[in-house]
This record gives sequence, C-alpha cells and structure tokens, in this order.
Amino acid sequence: MVLVLAIGDLHIPHRAPDLPPKFKSMLVPGKIQHIICTGNLCIKEVHDYFKTLCPDLHITRGEYDEDSHYPENKTLTIGQFKLGICHGHQVIPWGDLDSLAMVQRQLDVDILVTGHTHQFKAYKHEGGVVINPGSATGAFSSFTYDVNPSFVLMDIDGLRVVVYVYELIDGEVKVDKIDFKKTATASAH
Amino acid sequence: MLNGTEDEEKWLAEGIAGIQHNAFYMHRALDSNNLREALKYSAQMLSELRTSKLSPHKYYELYMRAFDELKRLELFFKDDSKHGVSVVDLYELVQHAGNILPRLYLLCTVGSIYIKSKEAPAKEVLKDLVEMCRGVQHPIRGLFLRSYLAQISRDKLPDIGSEYEGDADTVMDAVDFVLQNFTEMNKLWVRMQHQGPGGVREKREKERSELQDLVGKNLHVLSQIEGVDLEMYKETVLPRVLEQVVNCKDDLAQYYLMDCIIQVFPDEYHLQTLETLLGACPQLQPTVDVKTVLSRLMDRLSNYAASSADVLPEFLQVEAFSKLSNAIGKVIEAQLDMPAVGAITLYVSLLTFTLRVHPDRLDHVDQVLGACVKKLSNIPKLEDSRAMKQVVALLSAPLEKYNDIVTALTLSNYPRVMDHLDIGTNKLMAMVIIQSIMKNNSCISTADKVEVLFELIKGLIKDIDGADVDELDEEDFKEEQNSVARLIHMLYNDEPEEMLKIICIVRKHTMVGGPKRLPFTVSSLVFSALRLLRQLQGQEGDIVGEEASMTPNKNFQLLTQIIESLSAVPSPELALRLYLQCAEAANGCDIEHVAYEFFTQAFVLYEEEIADSKAQVTAIHLIIGTLQRMNVFGVENRDTLTHKATGYSARLLKKADQCRAVYACSHLFWVDDQDGIKDGERVLLCLKRALRIANAAQQMANVARGSGGPVSLFVEILNKYIYFFEKGNKQITSSAIQGLIELINTEMQSDSTNPDSVADAFLASTLRYIQFQKQKGGVMGEKFESIKL
Repeated sequence: MVLVLAIGDLHIPHRAPDLPPKFKSMLVPGKIQHIICTGNLCIKEVHDYFKTLCPDLHITRGEYDEDSHYPENKTLTIGQFKLGICHGHQVIPWGDLDSLAMVQRQLDVDILVTGHTHQFKAYKHEGGVVINPGSATGAFSSFTYDVNPSFVLMDIDGLRVVVYVYELIDGEVKVDKIDFKKTATASAH
Repeated sequence: MLNGTEDEEKWLAEGIAGIQHNAFYMHRALDSNNLREALKYSAQMLSELRTSKLSPHKYYELYMRAFDELKRLELFFKDDSKHGVSVVDLYELVQHAGNILPRLYLLCTVGSIYIKSKEAPAKEVLKDLVEMCRGVQHPIRGLFLRSYLAQISRDKLPDIGSEYEGDADTVMDAVDFVLQNFTEMNKLWVRMQHQGPGGVREKREKERSELQDLVGKNLHVLSQIEGVDLEMYKETVLPRVLEQVVNCKDDLAQYYLMDCIIQVFPDEYHLQTLETLLGACPQLQPTVDVKTVLSRLMDRLSNYAASSADVLPEFLQVEAFSKLSNAIGKVIEAQLDMPAVGAITLYVSLLTFTLRVHPDRLDHVDQVLGACVKKLSNIPKLEDSRAMKQVVALLSAPLEKYNDIVTALTLSNYPRVMDHLDIGTNKLMAMVIIQSIMKNNSCISTADKVEVLFELIKGLIKDIDGADVDELDEEDFKEEQNSVARLIHMLYNDEPEEMLKIICIVRKHTMVGGPKRLPFTVSSLVFSALRLLRQLQGQEGDIVGEEASMTPNKNFQLLTQIIESLSAVPSPELALRLYLQCAEAANGCDIEHVAYEFFTQAFVLYEEEIADSKAQVTAIHLIIGTLQRMNVFGVENRDTLTHKATGYSARLLKKADQCRAVYACSHLFWVDDQDGIKDGERVLLCLKRALRIANAAQQMANVARGSGGPVSLFVEILNKYIYFFEKGNKQITSSAIQGLIELINTEMQSDSTNPDSVADAFLASTLRYIQFQKQKGGVMGEKFESIKL
C-alpha cells in the first residue's frame, strides 16, 4: 500500500490565503509516501510546507508559480504504475479530455495527473486514467463559479489504484472513492 | 576582619573542632547524668559561636553543628529524672553561664521545655526570651540566635486549637511574639549595612542577601498561624509589618520584605488590603525597585483571577483595577528617571491583569494603552530594544486574549501605541497582527475596520519616512508582502456595496506601495475584485450604491486601473495573465467590447514587453487557451484576434514551439458546443501549417546534426488529425491520416541509427487508440474503419 497525495492549484497568496483548516489538520507528516503537485502553489512557503509532509515531492509548473524552474511535465513510476504530471494550461482546449488523452499517450503513462481547471475529475479512457485533484484551496477559477476545495489521495496496491477524493462542501469534508484496475498487458514497457 | 577565604576555612575548621571537642565531653556528662558538667561543656561549645571572623555562609555551618548538639541537650533537659532539677530551676540555673551568647542559647533551649511543661503560660516565657535576646546586638550572631528562638518556638505558639492556647494565652500573643522577633531581626539585618569600612559595600550586600531568609521566615510563620484570619491580618499583622518595612529605610530590606509579603500571604488577603499595601509603595526608599514589586503583585493577582471564575466578583468589589492603575501612575510619576522598559513592563503586567480579571471591560484595556501612550510621548525616541519587546508584548496581549482582531481594532489607543514603535518593531508588530488574523481565520468585514487595520500595518504597505530600504532582507521582504497578499483575502463581506468599499480602501493603500510591493499585492486585489464581480452577477437587478460604481463596466475600469499600475514595476507577464482573466470575466458578463479591449492590452504587452522565448511560449498558450473559450465575440473581432494569435504562434523562436502553438491554434476554429464555430477548412490549414513547420524542423536537424529531429511532433499532429476526424471535420480524410502514419513510419525507419523510443511508444499507443475506436462498433467504428493500418 503506497499513499500518493495529488494536490494543486492552491494559488497562495494570489487567490487564497491558506489551505482550509480542515484539510490542514488531515494532512500530517509521515503518512504519505509521495506527493504529486500539479502546480500553481504559488510561493516557496507552500513548497516548503509540502516538503514537511513528505520529502518525495514532484511538482510541475503552473503559469503563476514563483519558481519558474519547475518542469513543464514529469513522469515517475510508483509500484506497477507509471504516472505523469502536467499542469494543463499548456493543453488546449483547457480541460478537454481528448486532448489530455493525447498527452497521456505522449508521456506513455497509466495515470495522468493534471490541473488548471480547479474541477475534480477522475475518469478512465482507453489509454489510462486522468485525474484532476481540483484546487486544494477552492481558489477562484474562470472555469466555474462554484469551486469547492479538494485534493486526491491515491492508494496504489499492485495493479489496483483506489482514488479517494476529499472535497470541502459547505464546511464539511466529504470523501468519495473510485477504483481503477490496470490490466497487466496494457502499456507495459 | 576577614582576610580571605583560606583564612575563613581555617577558622571554620577550628570552630568545628572546638564544637566537636566540647561536645564529646558534653555527651560524656549527659551519659553520666552530670548536669553541672553538661552545662559547663555546652557553654564552652556554644562559645565557638561568639566568633566575628566568619561570613554568614560559614557561620551557618558552625551554627548547624551547634544546633544538632543542642537537640541532644534538650532531650536531656526534658527528662528531669536524669538530672533531678525542675524546669523552673533549670531556667534559673542556665543564666549563670559566663558569656551572654551561650547563656541565651541555653536559655532558649530550656525555655522550649518550660513551655512544653505548661508550668508557665507560653506567652510569658516567649516574651521573656524575645526580650532577653536583645542582649546580643551583633548582627550575624543576633540573627542566628533569634533564628534559633524562632525555630524552637514554632510548634509551641498559642495558636487556636493548639494545646498552648488558654485563657492567658491567645493567638494575639503568638502574633505579638513573632512580630517582635521579626522586628528585632530586621533591625539587626539592616544594621549590617552600616558596619565596617565603606569600600566593601558590594560584599556586604551579598552577605546580607545570604541572610534574608532568616528574616523572611518570620513572615512565613505568621502566614501559617491558623488564628491569623483576614481580620487580624488587616488590623494587626500587615500594618505592623509595613511599619517596620517603611521605618527601617533600607532599600535591600524593603524590596525583599515587600516581595516576601506578596509571596507568603494569600491572594485574597492582598485583594482586601490592596489600598494599604499599595499605600506603602510611595513611602519606600526611591532606590527600591518598586515596579518589580508591583509587577509581581499583579502577576500573582492575575494568576489568582485565572484560577477560578468565582473569585472575579471580589476583584470588582474592591475596585482592584483602579487602585492598581493609580498606584502605578503615582510610581511612574514619582520616579522620573525610571527607564522606559520599567514603565512599560508595569503596563504589561497591568494589562495582563486586566485581561484576566475583566476582559469585557475594553475601556480598561484602552485606558492602560492610553497611559502607555502618554509615557511613550515623553520619550523623544525609543531606542531600547528591551523596551520595544515589552511594547510588542503589550500589543500582542489583547490579540491573544480576544482571538479576534476586530476587538483589538476598536481600542482607540492601539494605533497610537504602534505609532511610537520604531519602524522595524512596527513592522514586526504588523506581522504579529496579520499572523493572528490568519491563525484565527478571522474575517474583517467592514470598511472602517479595514481602514484601521491598514493604518496599523502601514509599515508593511508603504515606505515610511526614515525607513532604511537598503537594509531590507529579500527573504523577509517577500514574507512580509506575501502576508499582506494573503491578508487581502481575509477582508470580505457578502454585501457587494460594503465589499466594494473594502476593495477601494485596499486599493488606496496598496497602490502607493511602490514597484517593489505591487507585484505581490496587485494579484490579490484583482482576484478580490473579480470575485466581487461574480457577486454582482449573482444579484438580481441593478444595484445602485453610494459611489454608483456598481455596474460591471465600472468594475472593469477599476480592474484596468489596478492592472495598469504594474507597468511601473514593470511586470508584463503578470499583467498579461490578469488581463486575460479579466477578458474571461467580461465574456461571462457578455460585454464584447470590454473583452476585446482586454485582449488588446494583453497583445500589446506580448508584442512590446515579453521578449524571453520561454515566457512567450507560455503567454501564447494562455492567449490561445483563453481565446478558445470566448463566445462573446462577433465574427470580425474574433477573426482579428485569431489572426494575431496564429501569427504570434508562427513567429516563436524555436521550430518545435512554433509547431505546437500553431496546431493549438487549430482549436480556435473548432468549438465543440452547440453554437460554437466549426470551420473545418481553417482547422486543416492550421494542421498543415504545423506539418510544414515540423518538416522544416526535421530538415534543419538533419543539416545541423546529421540526424533526425523531433519525430514526436509528427505524432502529435497525427493525434490532432485524429481528434478532428473524430469530431466530424469533413476536411480531414482517412487517407490523410493514413498518409501521415506512413510518413511517420518512413521518418522513423530512416533514422534507425538513432531510435527515438519515446516517439515509438507514442506512435504505438496512438495506433492502439485507432484500433480501439475501430472495435467500438457503431458510428465511431464505421468511421475509423476507413483508416487502414
């Protein structure tokens, strides 16, 4: 069992002051093995905070990030899964699932983690799974007037990944889960 | 006098030897029940205590030896079957000892037994002893002798409920005895100050402090006497103790004893005698550290208040606050040369007290702050860092207590205190305030409070005269400004009217921040304003506010003005992003010309200010991405903007970037919703253009490096062909797709010496996708059927 936190689009301090207190109290150091961050933190303080939660931190660049040296995209392997990260402002049309599928094929990954739209998504297509953890602070988005703070926790176990999405709705944290199984023959390189 | 510690050690050793020697013979006498011999040797032993050569510390060691021996002697005296003499006679007998000091020690020892025997009232014996001890006027010897008296009499005082209480003996007698012993001991103690040559004052003070607990012990005993209730404390004990304290006119004694009283007696007593206690303070020597005494008193009372809610009414009943406040005022007035840190520490203690005892009395809190302002006003420039720390403590206390910045903002003297801080400390305090807001998740929701808040933190918002800008550490500065940026999101009101006022106030303050600060604060302000715009949209009908600036158009004007300020920095990349955000907002409000204007601003920035190639790539993607989502534009405007965007894309520096930007532009001509544009031809034109660029890139790579270039680009374009094919773009044929696949295969094969595994995998998964679609069956399957692999 490997826990991977997928989180992003916090937009601190430009659009939000901080993570919601209820999220902060849930995210404690030592429980998570990897952090995947889609970008738009935006400042070093947030980077340092994530580092305290887990030293294995992977970040890609969002268009408002203070540190312009984050990579445009990144791939990594966790257990049986290949994961890819890309913020998503580079993929046009924004939020378009087919265009994101192309990126997934290009990066050759089972799971693509992406952001930018501030809307939680987790769906499976022919080539794999696309996950958008949404905005952890519920930051202002031009995509939707209704942004709830959210983040994703993935539990990777063998050929199976369980995606837990945590959403803050009307002051309460709601959890949902989705199961994905990888077929052994799919994109194994 | 003493010549050095070596000599002292020698004398002490000699003294101890003397005691042991005589004790030996005394024990022999005790064993053989020989009273005469016992008296003789005990007197000789006690003569060692007649020395003047030892410092208090060493004398104490000698004293303890003698004390141990006297205990055994007392046992012997008690058992009159051993020596056959009645206690009354014994009391008479020991007075024949030659020297006064041994005589008195023996007398006290017998006295102890005398009281125990109850053959005379305790009070008489005690009175006799306490008076006889007057015979020893040497400070150290006298203090130890009286200490011995206090020690042995302790359990024999006629307290209520004790066996020694009787008609003749009352608690009053016990109290009288202890008070008298105390008074005499204090006199001896004070006399030490004036003994000996003047040059050794420091040493003398050290020696005196070694003895202080001997004197203080008496007060402790008084506090333990059951019969000393509040009444007796108030009427007798405190007045007499204070009388001695004031009259002795010795600063060391006064400080120690005042503190001792405060620590030893119960807090409820202090509350009820507050006036008397405080009344003594102005009568003390000017060199006594009265402020520390008062601070400690207030700290004790604060803790008492915190211990239980039941005691709080008592505080109100005795008007503790006003009494303390007045006393402090008097002390500060009287001691004109009291350093600032002292006065402020006093105010901190008083404030802590107030916050514990009557936190709801904001007027008290404000009063304390006001008194502090007055004191600070008399100091031209406060430079003491310790004093600064105390002021910070003073200002932080209400924040911590109330957990709600809004309460602190109502204290009229709060900003005035802050004004007296030096710039560095002012900024520190501003950060404390912001951190308090963040920690408590406070929301400041009215314009006037926001105004007060920004006044308080003005050191962070703008350059204050005299501020040394060079000194600013970059990291610290960033932290400060990021804190301000975060703070802006804590200012919020549901009512659009009030929210607009808030935004205007924030804008007023932040716009004068200067080029260094604007990049941090402008973003927060812009998004705050964009949120307000949405609030407005959500409202039904028109809202007419005071400033009539409630229409979306006016809001957009405001936004433009705010973003324009970034040109002073300059911050073109950020400004471009913000303009694009505003364009989307205008799109949402269905105002075409405003949206167009924002795009114009963005494009101008792109053309004139953004030169870095990497920055251009990102900017282009943002422009294309935003434009793609616009549905407010009519054909003409849309065409103009699209044409520009495509033009920029084709002129990026690197071929690969050009290629990608151009095929991204293809989406500008195809929007998937109902009334969206679906211009198949222009889509294909874009894709073909992208192909040409990819080819050119390939050729360049061949020439430059002798090997293949980015085959991946072709695969990306192939994916786009498939995308539009799937969406139903008639201009994209299956044969075109097939042709492209063949092209790619050719390119890959021709470059077998340099295999591109990434591109290989990409192509493979793309082909797999086509296969998958074929197998879907139905309309999709049919469509893909035509692609032959």
